[in-house]
Amino acid sequence: MSIAIDYAPPARRLRQQASRDDLVKLGFMAVIGLYLIVALGAPLFVMLSKSLSTYRFDLSAFEFQVSDETGANWATAVTADALNKELGVVAKKDLATNSDGRLAVTKFFPQFNFRSPVHYRIRGVTDDAAFLVGSTLEKGTAWREYDSAAFRRVVLRPASSLGIENFKTYFSTPALARSIYNSVLMASISTVVTVSIAFALAYALTRSCMPLKGLFRGILTIPILVPSLLPGIALVYLFGNQGVFRDWLMGYSIYGPIGIVIGSVFFTLPHAFLIILTALSVADARHYEAAASLRASKWRTFTTVTVPGARYGLVSAAFVVFTLVITDFGLPKVIGGQYGMLAVDIYKQVIGQQNFEMGAVVSVILLVPAVLAFAVDRRMQKRQVALLSARAVPYAPKRNVRMDGFCFAFACLVSLFILGMIAMCQIAALVKFWPYDLTLTTKNFAFDLMDGGGWAAYANSIKLALLTAFFGSVIVFAGAYMVEKADGFRFGRSVFHFLAMMPMAVPGMVLGLAYIFFFNNPANPLNSIYGTMTILVVCTVTHFYTVAHLTALTALKQMDPEFESVGASLKQPFHRLFFRVTLPVCLPAILNIGIYLFVNAMTTVSAVVFLYAADTKLASVAVLNMDDAGDIAPAAAMGMMIFYTNVVAKLIHAVVSRGLLARTQAWR
Amino acid sequence: MNRHMFFMLAGAMSVALPVIASAQTELTVYTAVEAVDLDRYKATFEKAHPDITINWVRDSTGVMTAKLLAEKDNPQADVVWGLAATSLLLLKTEGMLEAYQPKGVEALDKKFVDRDTPPSWVGMDAYVAALCYNTVEAAKLGLTAPQTWEDLTKPEYKGHIVMPNPSSSGTGFLDVSGWMQMWGEEKAWSFMDRLHENISAYTHSGSKPCKMAGAGEAVIGVSFEFPGAKAKSAGAPIDIIFPAEGSGWEAEATAIIAGTANLEAAKTLVDWSVTREANEMYNVGYAVVAYPGIAKTVQHLPSDIAAKMIDNDFEWAANNRATILKEWQKRYDAKSEPKS
Repeated sequence: MSIAIDYAPPARRLRQQASRDDLVKLGFMAVIGLYLIVALGAPLFVMLSKSLSTYRFDLSAFEFQVSDETGANWATAVTADALNKELGVVAKKDLATNSDGRLAVTKFFPQFNFRSPVHYRIRGVTDDAAFLVGSTLEKGTAWREYDSAAFRRVVLRPASSLGIENFKTYFSTPALARSIYNSVLMASISTVVTVSIAFALAYALTRSCMPLKGLFRGILTIPILVPSLLPGIALVYLFGNQGVFRDWLMGYSIYGPIGIVIGSVFFTLPHAFLIILTALSVADARHYEAAASLRASKWRTFTTVTVPGARYGLVSAAFVVFTLVITDFGLPKVIGGQYGMLAVDIYKQVIGQQNFEMGAVVSVILLVPAVLAFAVDRRMQKRQVALLSARAVPYAPKRNVRMDGFCFAFACLVSLFILGMIAMCQIAALVKFWPYDLTLTTKNFAFDLMDGGGWAAYANSIKLALLTAFFGSVIVFAGAYMVEKADGFRFGRSVFHFLAMMPMAVPGMVLGLAYIFFFNNPANPLNSIYGTMTILVVCTVTHFYTVAHLTALTALKQMDPEFESVGASLKQPFHRLFFRVTLPVCLPAILNIGIYLFVNAMTTVSAVVFLYAADTKLASVAVLNMDDAGDIAPAAAMGMMIFYTNVVAKLIHAVVSRGLLARTQAWR
Repeated sequence: MNRHMFFMLAGAMSVALPVIASAQTELTVYTAVEAVDLDRYKATFEKAHPDITINWVRDSTGVMTAKLLAEKDNPQADVVWGLAATSLLLLKTEGMLEAYQPKGVEALDKKFVDRDTPPSWVGMDAYVAALCYNTVEAAKLGLTAPQTWEDLTKPEYKGHIVMPNPSSSGTGFLDVSGWMQMWGEEKAWSFMDRLHENISAYTHSGSKPCKMAGAGEAVIGVSFEFPGAKAKSAGAPIDIIFPAEGSGWEAEATAIIAGTANLEAAKTLVDWSVTREANEMYNVGYAVVAYPGIAKTVQHLPSDIAAKMIDNDFEWAANNRATILKEWQKRYDAKSEPKS
C-alpha cells in the first residue's frame, strides 16, 4: 500500500510536467503566431482583397433628363444604360476600367453641342453613384442641372465591386504577362549561378585547408552589407555607356538581362552562402572516416556524404535566392532597362499610376513561387535527418595542396568581383562629375542638401537596425524553436511554418502597401503605431523573417531530438534544456540572425518606402530617392555610409561572438 | 552622455517653455519639392509665422501621390505643399481636398489656379518639358542638335534618346499630354510611333533622362528644365533645348487636406504660399512662378520659358489619363521588350 503511494506521485508529476511544458510552448507559439498573423497574414489578406476589387462603369446607376431649347420643359428621365443599349456607344469590355477611369457623358447624346441652349440634368440612382463636373466630385440621388457648356465637363466615375476582371486584364496585356516569363527566367539563371558559387565557396571554407579563410568569409558577406541598388549603380559605372569596362560586353548592353543576372548574383550570394555554410559547418567526422575506410573516392565521398548532408541547406538557399531575385525591385529598376520584371511592374502600377488594384494583382502572382517554395521545402524537410547527433565527432579538414590551391584561387576570383564592385562605388562616391570631371571631392556626402532626409535619416537607420536586430532575433529564434522542437500541434506548426516562409516571397513594396491599408485604418486598434518607428521595426522583422527563420531552423535541425528525450526523462522542464543546451549550441546561428537583421534593416528600401514618416526617414530610402532623382554619386556615397556602418557592426559582432563562443562553443 | 544631456535638456525645456510649446502648431506637410529647397522653404515660412512649425514628409511625386491616396480614409497630412497639380486633381476627384480661397490668390496667373471657386489647389511654379543634349557625346557621334520635337524622330538619333515612361513618371505624362494638346491625338500618336523607334530606354523618373544625358549614358534626355540647369551647374556638358513647337508643363501646387485638425494653420500656410515673397522664394530654383512679373532668370536657363509653355488643360489631362496610358502601354510597353 505505502509502496504504491510512494510510487504513484512521481509518475503523475512527470505527466503534469510534460503537459505544463506543452501548454507553455503552445502559449509561446500562439503569441508569435499571432504576431505573424497581424504583421503578415492580415495585411496580405487586405492586399488580396484589393486585387479582387475591380472598377467598372455602372451605367444603370445614372439617370439623365434633357430639356428643350427653352430650358424649361423636360423629357422623361432615362438611365445611361438604356441610352447605351439604344446607341451602343460604349462596348461592354470598355466598361471595365481602373480606379481613375473616366467616362464622358456627352457620348450618350449624339446631338450634343456645348453651344446649344439645351440643359441637362443628371443624378445617381444610388447614393454611391459618383460623377465629376470637371474635377469636382458629386454624389447622390438629387437631380443636378447643368447648361450645355458645363455638361460637357461631366464625366462618370467607375463603381468598385468584387471580381477577377483585374486578373483577366493582366493576362490579356502582353507586356505585363511577359514579365512573368522574364522574372522566372532571370530568377532561375541567377539561382543556378549563385547557388553553385555559394556552395563551392562554403565547401572551400569548411572542407579545405586553404589560407585566409576568415578574410574570405568576411569578403563574401560584403554584398549583404549594401542596398541592392548599389550593385546596380556599380554596374552602370563599370559597364554602362561610359563604363570603365564597357568593351568587355562586346556591344551588349548592361541595361537588361545581363545586368540583372550579374547584380542578382552579387546581392544574393551572401544569403545563399550563409545558409549553405551553416548546413556544411557541422559535419560528423565519423561519416568521412566511414567513407575513407570503405575506400570511397573523393568524388563519391562528396556526392554521398557532403552533398546529402547539405541538401536541406542547398534547397533552402535555392529558394531564398530565387525569391529574392524575383521580388527585388531595386536592382532591375536601376539596371533592368526595358526588360520587364514583376517587381518593377508593381512599382510602375503603384507609384506610376496609383493603380493599387493592379499592383495587388502582380503581387498575388508573385506569391505563387512562395507557395511552391513552401511545398518543396516541406517535402525536403521531412527527409532531413539530424546531422549532429549527440554522439557526433566534429570534422576537421586535412591538408591537400592541389585542392586547397584550387579553392584559394576560386575564392580570390569571387572576392575580386565583390571588392571590384564596392571599390567602383567608392570611387563613384568621391568623384566630382563622372565621367567628365574626375577630381576628388567630398561634396557627395553633403546629404542634407539632397533628397532623402540627410544625416538624420542615417541616424534613424541605425536606430531601426538595432531595434530590429534585438527584437527580431528573439521572435525568430523562439518561433523556430517552437516549430522544430515542440511536440504535437502538427497543424498549428504547419500553419506557423507556412507564415514564416511567406515573407520571403512578399515583395517589400507589397508588404509596405499592405501595411498602409491594414494599419492606417481608424478601425484598427493598432492604428496608433502607424507612422512610428514601431511599424518600421515590425515591418522589417517581418520582411526578413524567412531567412532568419531558416537559419535558426537549420541550426536547430542539426541538434539530435535525443537531447529533448534525455531532458524529458531527466524530468527537466523544456526551458532549462532550452537555456542550458539549445541556446548555447545555436548561439552562432542566433548571432548570425542578429547581424543579418541589423544589416538588412540598414539596407532595406522597398518595404519601408511607404511607411516612413517625417521623423523616421531612413538612409536606405535616401539612396533610392537620390538615385531616382539622378543624383547617382550622392546615392553611392550614402550607400557606402551604410556599408561602412555595417562593417563596423560586423566587427563588433565578431568581437562579441568571439568572447561568447569561447565560453559556449568549446566543444566544437 | 549625449543622450543623457538630451533628456536633461528636454526635461528642462518642458518645464521652462510650456507656454511657447502650447502655442505652437505643428503642420504635417507632404511635398515633392526638391530636398535642397526644403530647409529654405521651411525657414522662410517659419520666420514669417513663428507660431507654426512645418514637419516635412518628402518623396518623389509618384510615391507621394500613392501615399496620399492610400491614406484616403485616414489622412495623415494637413497640407500638401509642392506636388504636381495633376496629382492634386486626382485627390480632388476623391474629395480629399478642402476648397479654400487663399488671401491674395487673385494676383496669381489664372492658369496656376484651380478652375473652381473656391479653388481646391493653387500653383507655385511650373516645370516645363525640355531636352538635355550632351554636346560631348554628340560630337563624338557626329550628331547635330535637335531643334524641334519632330527632329527627335530623325534616324540619326536612333538609340540615343531616353525619355520618362508616362506610366510611371509624371514628367513622361506631361510630355505625352502636351503633344496631344498641341497636335491632337492622332498626330501625337503617329509622332510617338516614330519617336519610339529612336528611344533607347524609358525611365521611371522624370529628371533621370537629363541626368543620364549629363553623364553621357545617353545623348538626348527628354526631361524638364530644372534638372537640366542643375546638371549643368554640376559640370555636365549639356545644352538645354526647348523644342520650337512648344512644351508641355506641370504646375507644382498647394492644397489643404480635407478633415485636417489644424485648419487655421493650414490656411495660414496656403495664404502665405501665394504671396509675392513665397513666389520669389520659388524663383531661386524655378524659372516660371505663379506670381506674374516677378520671375528673375535662373542660371543656365533662357528668360522666355513662359512663352514656350502650351495652354495646358489639367482637367482634360487628368480625366483622360487612364485612356491615354492604356493606349500607350498597348503600343509601346509590349514592343519595348527586347527580342530575346
